[in-house]
Amino acid sequence: MLAMTGVCAFVAVSVLFLILGYLVYHGGTSINWNFFTKLPTPVGETGGGMANAIVGSGKLLLLATLIGVPIGFFGAIYLAEFSGATTAFVVRYAADLLNGVPSIVIGIFAFILVVHPFKHFSTLAGGFALGLMMIPITLRSTEEFLRGVPNALREAAMALGASKWKTIASVIVPAAYRGILTAILLAFARVAGETAPLLFTALGNRFWSPGWNQPTAALPEMIYRYAISPYDDWNRQAWAAGLVLLVLILVINIVARAILSRGIAVPRS
Amino acid sequence: MHASVRPALTVKIPPIATSPAARETSAALSMRMTISRVNFFYGSKQTLFDISMGIATNKVTSLIGPSGCGKSTLLRTLNRMYEIVRGARLEGEILLDGQNILTQDVTSYRRRVGMVFQRPNPFPKSIFDNVAYGLRINGSKAPISEAVEKSLRHAALWDEVKDHLHKSAYELSGGQQQRLCIARALAVEPEVLLLDEPCSALDPISTAKIEELLVQLKDLCTIVTVTHNMQQAARISDFTAFLLTGQLIEFSPTPQLFTTPGDPRTEAYITGRFG
Repeated sequence: MLAMTGVCAFVAVSVLFLILGYLVYHGGTSINWNFFTKLPTPVGETGGGMANAIVGSGKLLLLATLIGVPIGFFGAIYLAEFSGATTAFVVRYAADLLNGVPSIVIGIFAFILVVHPFKHFSTLAGGFALGLMMIPITLRSTEEFLRGVPNALREAAMALGASKWKTIASVIVPAAYRGILTAILLAFARVAGETAPLLFTALGNRFWSPGWNQPTAALPEMIYRYAISPYDDWNRQAWAAGLVLLVLILVINIVARAILSRGIAVPRS
Repeated sequence: MHASVRPALTVKIPPIATSPAARETSAALSMRMTISRVNFFYGSKQTLFDISMGIATNKVTSLIGPSGCGKSTLLRTLNRMYEIVRGARLEGEILLDGQNILTQDVTSYRRRVGMVFQRPNPFPKSIFDNVAYGLRINGSKAPISEAVEKSLRHAALWDEVKDHLHKSAYELSGGQQQRLCIARALAVEPEVLLLDEPCSALDPISTAKIEELLVQLKDLCTIVTVTHNMQQAARISDFTAFLLTGQLIEFSPTPQLFTTPGDPRTEAYITGRFG
């Protein structure tokens, strides 16, 4: 039994390293300066890069963060500090359900709501779809971290004459900020790899996206297109894009850990 | 001891016993706070019954009684901290310097009445920032670092922390953290300082330090402390109020309450027959 649990633990860890090794093996050779600075080349021409997809992903994630983080964050403050038990339960439950909605459905929803009225696949629509996905993740984990702040600190601040809002801004959020920041980074990492919602919204683009209201390339979407193509060179580039994306997400995770381990933490009592 | 040898227990005595000596003493004192006919409810459950007493200026007043007697609740009415509990309701009148506290703006009122809690609860900030907190949120114009030093000196903590003011408050010992919380409360120069069993989470040496400190602090402000430790009340307070099941049983100068209690229930409690 002991051996079996050990093997399971080992398998769990080795999956990550197998994927990483596989990506490095297949895609490592395609990563060079051009990959980060050049546009994709037409079929048949070797070389080129995914600069437009990298910038596109950046823009999409920026938009998603601008939409998802404030709504999730302030919603969590309402839930943790103001709302009654019933409201909190309903909102929390809805957020969990939203978190469980398949990402492709979110994509279709954004298509109907943003792409259709604007008559354009666009960065806006893609960012909107990803932002929707960030809301429940940010909301739920921010709420957890806010609730984790001991009540004694709220009382201490209010006994000193701090109003409810001042208490939240000067004591509660600072006491929980490391957890909240980590949650936001993990939500960010989660949507950074989403492909399905982008197929209906950002669409993809072989060139630079001319504006926020135009289709744009994104890394996960490029991986999808390049991986299913019949060209060896494109397949290699898909591996490389996968590697870049995975490394990005790993770096975000490591940064999140680093944030969690510094500063003054409230000791667990 | 059996009730049969203590016939005094069966004698009917009015609920609040105030001896002539006590009346004389209190007449000569100025009252910082006056509590009149206070009833307190959590939802439909009444926890304080018709409490009236005065808090003498620059004295230490102790509230004693067994668990659940309402002493902490009474303390929390004095700075209106009960208001953060849903469904809490107070009837009656409490005056600070002759003004009804219930009609004042709650945040500016709480600056005048500081509070120290049962367990040390410093903020997850540096020692300096903890003490400076009250000054900063009130937009105080006074030079902050001087005020911080002054408060830490008043709390008898300055010498221990002056070389590492920017370290986390959690690196201090429990007793030091509690004195830091006292310094944090003193920084906004309250008129009254409330302490809710401030030593119950501390070791005897830290407790002794805080007791000594409270006696010194009464020159600076009026002190009200809740304790379940009768010896502590006897050591540090000028006046002691004994509460039982939400009622004020006896309120007298401390020596009198402990040597010649006017109510058999007080006597039974201080002699350790219950509680």
